[in-house]
Amino acid sequence: MSKLIRMDASGHSTLAEWTSDDTTAFDDAVREFRTALDEGCIGVLDQGAGQAEQIRELPRDAELVIMRRPIAGG
Amino acid sequence: MAAEALAELGAVPWRKPTDARFLRRYARIWLGWTVAYTVPFLAAVVVLMALEPLAFPVALASLAHAWIIPELYAFRGASVVRPKGPRNERSEPVAQGLLGDLLGHDARELQRRTGLALERGRMGVWLVGEAGALLLTPGRSRVHCFCVRTTDRELPPSDRIAHLLLALRSDEQGFATVANHAFCGARWRVRRRLPVAMRPALDAARATAS
Repeated sequence: MSKLIRMDASGHSTLAEWTSDDTTAFDDAVREFRTALDEGCIGVLDQGAGQAEQIRELPRDAELVIMRRPIAGG
Repeated sequence: MAAEALAELGAVPWRKPTDARFLRRYARIWLGWTVAYTVPFLAAVVVLMALEPLAFPVALASLAHAWIIPELYAFRGASVVRPKGPRNERSEPVAQGLLGDLLGHDARELQRRTGLALERGRMGVWLVGEAGALLLTPGRSRVHCFCVRTTDRELPPSDRIAHLLLALRSDEQGFATVANHAFCGARWRVRRRLPVAMRPALDAARATAS
């Protein structure tokens, strides 16, 4: 089961879940992903071992995609 | 394929990339600056004592300045990783769970004990806090202190760390460029100004960097 989450004041919220063979659920996830992008979030695919990738399209086979807010110098 | 540059770089187009060369130059500037404001006070001590030993109290005050001013800078540097903002006790356990999933076993334990997430990068070893990060460059005993935070201040502390960690993992050089460079100085001086609970994280970073 793949999951799209957004870090927020509650810790994190699950925006969508899908499996690779469930097209409807994946399409819903894509919509949620794009909505979060439009709201200013940045999609990140953590690849472990110190690596992560910013993404603009939701990969169907991703296990976990995290939406984060932008950072700035303090 | 090269990794995509950090999205936030668009907000600071005037900044030159903070790479290893930039960090070496920045460290030299801070060292020169420290010498420049310390040596005159030390010279005053020597001159005063040579001219008039009764000026001992004034010489002592000058010596104190030579010690205290670098300590104040180090305090400012160490403060970038001090806990800041709302603690969000109710949602923090959820955020802590996600952050734990992002970290390896040892880094997870260290973060829970010290509040700092250790991350090995190409530029050195990072310690990521809620609103800042420390970088130990390889083979050097100096610490770079960066002030950087998420733009959502309502996030629980562990989510703030996770934000910075994911940005760092996405583009290390971009992360260092977006962050404000607050200080660079001797590791021992920064360590003395860190909260006691955080000092083991700096020791672990040193062991990892060497």
